[in-house]
Amino acid sequence: MSGNNIDGIIAIIEKYRGQPGSLIHALVEIQHENHWLPREVMHQVADALEVPFAQVMQIASFYKAFSLTPKGRHEVHVCTGMTCHLRGAAKLQAKVEELTGLRDGETDAENKFTFETGACLGSCSIGPELIVDGKHYGRMTPEKVEAVLKQYE
Amino acid sequence: MPKLQSVAELEKYRAEILAQRDPAKPCIAVCAGAACDGMDSAAVAAAFVTEAGKLGGKIEVRTTGCHGYCEKGPNVVVTPGDICYFEVQPADVPEILAATLKGEVVERLVYKDPNTGAKAVHMHEVPFYKHQTRLLIGDNPKIDPMRIDDYLAVGGYAALVKALTEMKPDQVLDEVKKANLRGRGGGGFPAGSKWETTKNAPEKTKYVIVNGHEGESAAFMDRAMLTGNPHKILEGLIIGAYAIGAQKGFMYTRHDMPLLEKHVRNALAQAKEYGLLGQNILGSGFDFECELHFDVGIFVSGESSALMRSIEGNPPEPRPKYIRTSVSGIWDKPSNLNNVETWANVPQIITKGAEWFTSIGSEKSKGTKLISLSGNVVNSGIVEVPMGTPLRTLVFDIGGGVRDGKTLKAIHFGGAMGGSIPADLIDAPLDFDGMSKLGAPIGAGGLLLMDEDTDMVEIARYLLDFLVNESCGKCAPCREGMPQMLHILTNMTQGKGKPGDLERLEDLAEVTGAASLCALGKTSPDPLKSMFRYFKPEYEARIPGGSGDK
Repeated sequence: MSGNNIDGIIAIIEKYRGQPGSLIHALVEIQHENHWLPREVMHQVADALEVPFAQVMQIASFYKAFSLTPKGRHEVHVCTGMTCHLRGAAKLQAKVEELTGLRDGETDAENKFTFETGACLGSCSIGPELIVDGKHYGRMTPEKVEAVLKQYE
Repeated sequence: MPKLQSVAELEKYRAEILAQRDPAKPCIAVCAGAACDGMDSAAVAAAFVTEAGKLGGKIEVRTTGCHGYCEKGPNVVVTPGDICYFEVQPADVPEILAATLKGEVVERLVYKDPNTGAKAVHMHEVPFYKHQTRLLIGDNPKIDPMRIDDYLAVGGYAALVKALTEMKPDQVLDEVKKANLRGRGGGGFPAGSKWETTKNAPEKTKYVIVNGHEGESAAFMDRAMLTGNPHKILEGLIIGAYAIGAQKGFMYTRHDMPLLEKHVRNALAQAKEYGLLGQNILGSGFDFECELHFDVGIFVSGESSALMRSIEGNPPEPRPKYIRTSVSGIWDKPSNLNNVETWANVPQIITKGAEWFTSIGSEKSKGTKLISLSGNVVNSGIVEVPMGTPLRTLVFDIGGGVRDGKTLKAIHFGGAMGGSIPADLIDAPLDFDGMSKLGAPIGAGGLLLMDEDTDMVEIARYLLDFLVNESCGKCAPCREGMPQMLHILTNMTQGKGKPGDLERLEDLAEVTGAASLCALGKTSPDPLKSMFRYFKPEYEARIPGGSGDK
């Protein structure tokens, strides 16, 4: 599990040991902590929470919040909710795709960025927006994207 | 803080809070709602805290939930007087503080009418606010969501006190039934009847649930309420549990809003500490616990049976509802689920009575409705108006009309499962039944303006694209029907429409709507149906030599 936050993950698993009903809670916390769910971690979750591995996989692969592959250091998100869409999110998305070379859901080879789209984050009044690692950049235009992304290494 | 053992202790504590507060002392409320936060209101709040700290406690600073006028964020409101400052930057902070100390106003930061240049200083003069009736969201600028004492100071938990001490559970239920409170999540189903079903279900273990999933695109009022005033929703939930006889509650909300999670967790912990949750609440003998649960990123988990499966720890697949969830829900126990805004209405109904509540609104839709106003509108934000208010008031008086001087083409309600109506229906009143008849049901209350440049075929394609990704895939009509409709619409937007496409779309819309298991599939063709009703020529024009040229 090199590169993963092992102590944090173990602490989460221990917190829910023996509680099959807390499967989603455990996976959400691990996802937030580690940004993805490695297979061996899901095996440990299955053992500790006493649920079949198949059920862990069912939950992990069903819900969109879970990632089964490693993510980049920075998560770049373009809101494609309805207001952002009406206010030009598609152009913003195209610009991010052009600058990062990534399509929706992809991570670059250097693990710098993971690019995702999604709806709706509820900041409609300042759409379209770019969100990097949870920080919102409102009233974004394609011209301003490069300057924002440059801040992240 | 020692646990409050009785109603008398709570009221004594409330009196102490109020005695310590001087209403004449200036207070600066900085909005930290989702939009203001996105415009870095945190930096503004930090500057206020630093600069006000130098003034030796002469001015109080409060970080609050959403004020409503998201378009003009970061928002700052100064009390007394409710002086509104808009688009405030950290550099403006010293000037605002200096003016506030002198009882003056910083003219350059107040509202200016874009057409006449007329200024509006106080909240009740600002056009965006003055046409509203802010019963639910109006407290937001007065409350730091992390402080239960702020909620108590505005009369919070007084409704719970009244219910526990002066009313039997049946009387609480009767009051909500008489108030004709209808579910704010989309269905408009009477909350009282739903409560009664759960109450009368034979099982002893019963649950109550706050649906704060808010997956509807461009609807953002529930999270504004839950983030900005979590105790109001919790108070409504506890009262509901008392009426229904539920021992446990669940708050189900989004996992992707850190501030929301922080505020709700904190509110639950504080309520527990104060003795408003847990065993023997305020010495009444009533026990109630509440747990927080998260949706992990799929739209269908807002559907009630799917949501309950998710709370159990399973994938959120809806089930057929020949037995309602109010009879057999979480772990097959009777489970009453209401939307955030529905629960938020409960305390005021108990405090002020059903008669007062039914005096607001239209004939069959009572009370106020929170509306998320966005799209091509000048003033985007969260709006609260009495039911029955004409859409014109929402769009023009409050919303300020269409952006960039363009013409209004359509009004869209209800997100991806809603509908669009043409601009000439703008005098229709905001009403559950009336809007449904027009083909644009209110849904949760996301209202979008679309300007003259909007391509209605593209919009239908966009909405279906969203739903195709959010379908759980359990039933075939939804899983297979929507992609087929999307395929045709995508071709039409790319200039590849064929004769017969419209007929095929109508066919698919009918079957998908009739045969799908849950509301997601059933209502997925609704936007398309509304467009066929009002904007069909635009669709016909995409069919070369076909039905358009007939």
